[in-house]
Amino acid sequence: MTSTILFCALAWILLGGFGALRGRTPEAGAVVYGGSFIVAVIASGAAILQLGFGVAPGVAVVLPLGLPHLGMNFQITALSAAFLIITDVGAAAASLYAVGHGRNEREPWRVLPFFPVFIAAMNMVLIAADAYDFLIFWELMSLSSWALVVAHHEDEEARTSGVVYLLMASSGTLALLLAFGLLAGVHGQYDFASIRADHPGSWIGAVVMLLALFGAGSKAGLVPLHIWLPRAHPAAPSHVSALMSGVMTKVAVYAFVLIVFDFLGKPAWWWGLIVLIMGGITAVLGVLYALMEHDLKRLLAYHTVENIGIIFIGLGLALAFRAERLDVCAALALAAAVFHAFNHSLFKNLLFLGSGAVLARTGERDMERLGGLLRRMPQTGLLFLIGSVAISGLPPLNGFASEWMLFQAILLSPRLSAWSLKLAVPSVGAMLALAAALSAACFIKVFGITFLGRPRSPAASAATETDVFCRAGMIGLAALCIVVGLAPGMVIDLFAPVTRSLLGARLPAGHGMSWLTVVPISLSRSSYNPLSIFALIAAGGGFAAVILHRYGSRIICRAPPWGCGYASPEDASDAFPPVGTQYSASGFAQPIRRVFGSFVFNARDEVTMPPPGDVAPAHLVSALIDPVWQGCYAPLLVLVGWAADRANRLQFLTIRRYLTIVFITLVGLLVWIAPWG
Amino acid sequence: MMVTLINSILGPNGALSLAHALSGALVLVSFMMLYQDRLSAVINVLALHSAVLGLAVAWQAWIQAEPQLYITAVIALGFKAMIIPLALHRIVRRLNIHREVEAAVGIGLTMLAGMGLVALSLVVMLHTAAHSAVLAREDVALALATILLGMLMMIARRNAVSQIAGFMSLENGLILAAAGAEGMPLVVEISVTFSIVIAFIVIGVFLFRIRERFDTIDSTALDAFRGELQ
Repeated sequence: MTSTILFCALAWILLGGFGALRGRTPEAGAVVYGGSFIVAVIASGAAILQLGFGVAPGVAVVLPLGLPHLGMNFQITALSAAFLIITDVGAAAASLYAVGHGRNEREPWRVLPFFPVFIAAMNMVLIAADAYDFLIFWELMSLSSWALVVAHHEDEEARTSGVVYLLMASSGTLALLLAFGLLAGVHGQYDFASIRADHPGSWIGAVVMLLALFGAGSKAGLVPLHIWLPRAHPAAPSHVSALMSGVMTKVAVYAFVLIVFDFLGKPAWWWGLIVLIMGGITAVLGVLYALMEHDLKRLLAYHTVENIGIIFIGLGLALAFRAERLDVCAALALAAAVFHAFNHSLFKNLLFLGSGAVLARTGERDMERLGGLLRRMPQTGLLFLIGSVAISGLPPLNGFASEWMLFQAILLSPRLSAWSLKLAVPSVGAMLALAAALSAACFIKVFGITFLGRPRSPAASAATETDVFCRAGMIGLAALCIVVGLAPGMVIDLFAPVTRSLLGARLPAGHGMSWLTVVPISLSRSSYNPLSIFALIAAGGGFAAVILHRYGSRIICRAPPWGCGYASPEDASDAFPPVGTQYSASGFAQPIRRVFGSFVFNARDEVTMPPPGDVAPAHLVSALIDPVWQGCYAPLLVLVGWAADRANRLQFLTIRRYLTIVFITLVGLLVWIAPWG
Repeated sequence: MMVTLINSILGPNGALSLAHALSGALVLVSFMMLYQDRLSAVINVLALHSAVLGLAVAWQAWIQAEPQLYITAVIALGFKAMIIPLALHRIVRRLNIHREVEAAVGIGLTMLAGMGLVALSLVVMLHTAAHSAVLAREDVALALATILLGMLMMIARRNAVSQIAGFMSLENGLILAAAGAEGMPLVVEISVTFSIVIAFIVIGVFLFRIRERFDTIDSTALDAFRGELQ
């Protein structure tokens, strides 16, 4: 199976080469994206075969490249197979979508060479079995995605995002490099087998954990390292945004799980606490940022930050349980985290692809200029609705299943003995609940403003349904959201080898009954049967719909002549410009901006009213201050500027001074080595 | 045969101790260079320095039986002991600067610092190369001392010609170290030599340029030219 993935990666790289050579020909898009789709289907099939049907992983593949005496080692483990499924399912959907969507690209030759290489790099990171390969392909992943972010380089914003992304990506890689350096120990054993074999001391282990949290967290978008994510993800073409948000962040989660769960052995009790708190803050801040945002793609990127927070809450819980040897509880938390990573990759891909379809047909990302799209793009709208329901964590879709499992793990926290954890876990649970509720509110805003109501701009009123390939990619993801939501046990069973190999424990799950019911701990305690819930929702919803249609539509509606601008039935011609006004995105978010924004973001609304009698419009300006930027990055920038000013003096010394500096450095080094030697 | 003859005169290891003596002589000449206060004298000492290097390299060629080292020796004697000093003399005459040497650091202090550097290089080599043979180790130590003294010469003088002399004695130290280590490929030596020649040409052209513009070859004049010396 390892060699299958390697051949797939080679095929992607060849497709990238084709894109580089023939990118300007009209058929290149279909070849590259279609080829990527076929290869991704093969790769995900191989990963599912290995994980689900227990096909032997085969011996490690060693290529005679890379470091001398080490080569390039590749090996699929249960963990990497799970993340390969996440990656390649997402890659397949995004590639299929891109067959249609790529035609809208103005300069496809800037995207085609890098898109398949980006997918290949993520696959290679997942199957790498030594630190050298891992970091090489990690960097390839960063650089190819950077090239995709700056594909629209004529856009000032994309260029700035590219710089910020490059800075954060390289500092994250530096942290991972140091972590692997510490793991390799004094003998420099860089292959994962030797790293797994000996666990570092507690002190070094703690440093490695923090470095991994920084390195993987900056890629995944943990607050306060998320700063690049909402800039870079939306700047890329939409099918790339989908891959970056849905898949690349999961590769970062893989890196964290690999280092902390697989390499470090038994964690200290406070590791879980740090990860939990960072996850909780990330979840709440991510969704609050999203609520304040009216740019469709950037809002989705902020939701990625939120979901990464949820995943890291699960990982932190697993660490806390594992530190106290509660392996079954740890298995539940870790399974919930991995399951949520899978679910998030499905619905976030779906939503980004949907937003890409909207962007392609209207040219608008600003929600305040969209509206009424459900009538013009009915299928896209329905698919986007499925994604919205899933990400909001509503039953019976997949988002609910994994968040429910995570809550079950949180409810086990009284079993922990450390008091700080006993106190922290329930408060993080409250933050998780808050984040889930706010995210539902946020997606009511997104769907309501974008797809319901009437168009707010001529572009929105002229939109048409997207093409068949785009719809096919989204339909696949939406179908998976529904299937996984209705039969979560199937996926949990599929991912069970992950927890078994990392923690030596697995969920007791309701295997005695049927795989339709999820039983995380014991039947007496809690269980979740999505099919019955689905039946309940369908019956209740159908009943309500019948009642409404039977009795609701008979009522004659009389509109007042002075309706404060709201539409009367005669105006419902659905044409642009609309006669009346309608609810706006910032208006919808205003209560939440008042409640949370004023204390988190120091939000201020300023209304300028025209004097009485004047017919000029009133203006509402709302100003936000980003606490993370103010607290972390602005001081850092000042510090860097200060240090650069000091160092700048070095450019204006005399020749003799330079020689003297060289001389003193040399003598100093000699004096330093003289006593040891 | 010659080696055995020398050994019979100077005792066992005599051939090596003669190499050692030549290395020591090179360090001594470096010290001579440090206390010269006339430019023409500095150039003469540089010629002597290169000549001693030539002898030392030729002796290494003999005892290691490495004929290509003779080429290095000839280059040292021909280029560095004759042509370059003659050219430097010509520059000094044409620029009419044969009387001046501006030491940036006092001579006594420079000599003290030089002694400290020799001691430092001996200590460093004593520790870092504790396993190798005594004479080989001290040869490298002396070469290192020559390099450090060359750098000291470069920073202790303001005059560009003295700085060239310091730089060339530094290169001499490098070549001594390379010749002492057995089997240094000829390519490296040739490239080192050519780098010196090119450095000489560049600095020579440079000197005339500075002179034309500023009527001095004090390199601090350059800083004013860069607009950085207010």
